[in-house]
Amino acid sequence: MDPIIILHAGMATGTILLFAAIGEIFAERAGVLNLGVEGMMLIGAMTGFSISLSTGNPWLGLALAMLVGGLLSLLHGLVTIHFQADQVVSGLTLTFLGTGLALVFGEGLTGQNPPLIPNFDIPGLALIPVIGPIFFEDHSLLVYLGYLFTPLAWYYIYKTRPGMHLRAVGEKPEAADTMGISVYGLRYFYVFVGGCLAGLAGATISLSVSPGWYSAQTTSGQGWIAVGLVIFAQWDPVRAAIGAYLFGALRRGILDLQGPRTIFGLTNPFFVNSNWGFFLQMMPYILTIIALILGARAVAKKRLGAPAALGVPYIRGERGL
Amino acid sequence: MSTLSTTSEEKRGWQFPYQLTLEKRVEDVPKWLPAATTIGSIVIAFIISGIILKIIGGEPLRVAAFAFDATFGSWGVFSDTLVKATPLIMVGLACAIAFQMKLWNIGAEGQFYIGAFAATMVVMVPLVPPDSPKVVVIGAMLIMGLLGGAVWAFIPGFLKARFNINEIITTLMLNYIAISWNNFFIFNNWSDAGFQMTPTFEKTAWLPRLADYAREYRIFSGITLHLGVVFALIATVIMWWILTRSRWGYEIKLIGDNPNAARYAGINIARNIILVMMVSGALAGLAGMSEITGVVHRLQERISPGYGYTGIIVAWLAKLNPFAVILVSILFGALILAGREIQPAGLSMLLQGIILFMVISSDVLLRYKVRLVKREA
Repeated sequence: MDPIIILHAGMATGTILLFAAIGEIFAERAGVLNLGVEGMMLIGAMTGFSISLSTGNPWLGLALAMLVGGLLSLLHGLVTIHFQADQVVSGLTLTFLGTGLALVFGEGLTGQNPPLIPNFDIPGLALIPVIGPIFFEDHSLLVYLGYLFTPLAWYYIYKTRPGMHLRAVGEKPEAADTMGISVYGLRYFYVFVGGCLAGLAGATISLSVSPGWYSAQTTSGQGWIAVGLVIFAQWDPVRAAIGAYLFGALRRGILDLQGPRTIFGLTNPFFVNSNWGFFLQMMPYILTIIALILGARAVAKKRLGAPAALGVPYIRGERGL
Repeated sequence: MSTLSTTSEEKRGWQFPYQLTLEKRVEDVPKWLPAATTIGSIVIAFIISGIILKIIGGEPLRVAAFAFDATFGSWGVFSDTLVKATPLIMVGLACAIAFQMKLWNIGAEGQFYIGAFAATMVVMVPLVPPDSPKVVVIGAMLIMGLLGGAVWAFIPGFLKARFNINEIITTLMLNYIAISWNNFFIFNNWSDAGFQMTPTFEKTAWLPRLADYAREYRIFSGITLHLGVVFALIATVIMWWILTRSRWGYEIKLIGDNPNAARYAGINIARNIILVMMVSGALAGLAGMSEITGVVHRLQERISPGYGYTGIIVAWLAKLNPFAVILVSILFGALILAGREIQPAGLSMLLQGIILFMVISSDVLLRYKVRLVKREA
């Protein structure tokens, strides 16, 4: 129940959600809702694990996990952007497809021990009291990458020209088109980016945070939690990152509740009867629902909201509804 | 008009002399086309899955022959297929009515588990005296199954109606919560001598099977088909009536197609969200009740091999038509049955994913005419 250990673990598990959620933010900012995050994460986790096992190179595993996640997402892109299919149904399909592919190709991977992404300390920063042990000690490169990636993503979306184009395509595609921006091209690109990041999130699980391949249990719904987090974060990468880290820490803290014999001098029910732990297992999902309720209240207050063209296919020369 | 070119969009260099063009359909879609594209999609999906199986070193034709034999090969196995199809019909209907309103209930899996849980309460609490006649026990379990699913679905329905919270995420989160909830009871309060299951129910809580009448009619010997299939068929007729013949069905469809028009017409959308969600949940809960009283005869882990998720595919493949749900359910029941025996384990899930992908891709043929035309020089 050491708060430093809980926060440290929170940064690591939060990194998984961070990659997946920011990837989804890119896709949704471009106007494409991709509910296939869970499937892309699962296939990323499987690919990374499998490639690291066969080649002995976890970095190659990471790279290919991103590529496979991205390629899978392009199917969603094709069906929703060109064929104008319903984005909800297509995204669900992608989850089925990704899960099925991951289970088929992941057959026999359980219990294997491939080389993993190593953990290391940041020299100097790790020595700072409290901050060091939480943020800069014994993390994998992926966690440190997450620290850099979040502000970069924010800067990209709000402060750069390509970021402005991205937002335009998601808010008012007709206007973007008149400006000579390729709506289809950008949508494909950001769906692909989202897929790559979901694949990376998956490989972050299997090669670093909780190493191993446990078939569908590997992700256990974290892809869906990431989709929920995007709504909670109001499509803002910084809010998504804060949410992801908080979520990671809460998740770890809740699991740690089962450890001690007493809490604040009282008998710990979770220690006495481990079956009560099933209620602890529900917590991440209950928290997600609570986060959505809180998010919805914020929307109502500040009049924030989803990108205007989210979920709406763009057809040139046809007026939107 | 949007154009899909078969080659890259390079301005110079050699170009393929023909290109595919899409033209928006102005006239009505021919009646036979939706069925034809669906069947074509399924065939193509089987071929693609076969190729994948070949890549990973399997023998697609032998697996297919084996799977066919294990699902349609005799009356006995065909009845097993129908037993798998039974919960799928109910869950498929649950998704179909919600999807008609573009209400994305992805939570049929959780509603299935809570329906099973609520039905088990009748026996384990117990809610009716243990020596009650079969009609009373089954009747009480039926009501509790419907109620359990409806209550579980009320949560996302209320959150959507009241706070406009995305039902996709909430229904999905509730699936995980429902499974943990059930696990607590089968590991703790209701555990049978420390095993992770309840004791087997008394026979009064078993749905009658055709095999029970084998003494009178030899032909029924070993046929596992149970009364649940009758529940499923009754539910199908009721859903068909609601969706095509009733005013309420018209409202549901109108909200799905054009919520603004529905609002101007004075339809109470919030109330309909909660109602449709609860009806959808009740159907999924009924499937859970039918599964534990007709097949498993106790509450345990993994009572569903993902019926709730397969139901989504079933509903979409059936184009949300209740009677088509029955046909598609039989196909997917066979897939689930065969999937238990064929390796690797994820193959039937992969096949389901590919089928759905092909179907939604082929929908473009319903909205557009695809032509191969000669490129203009």
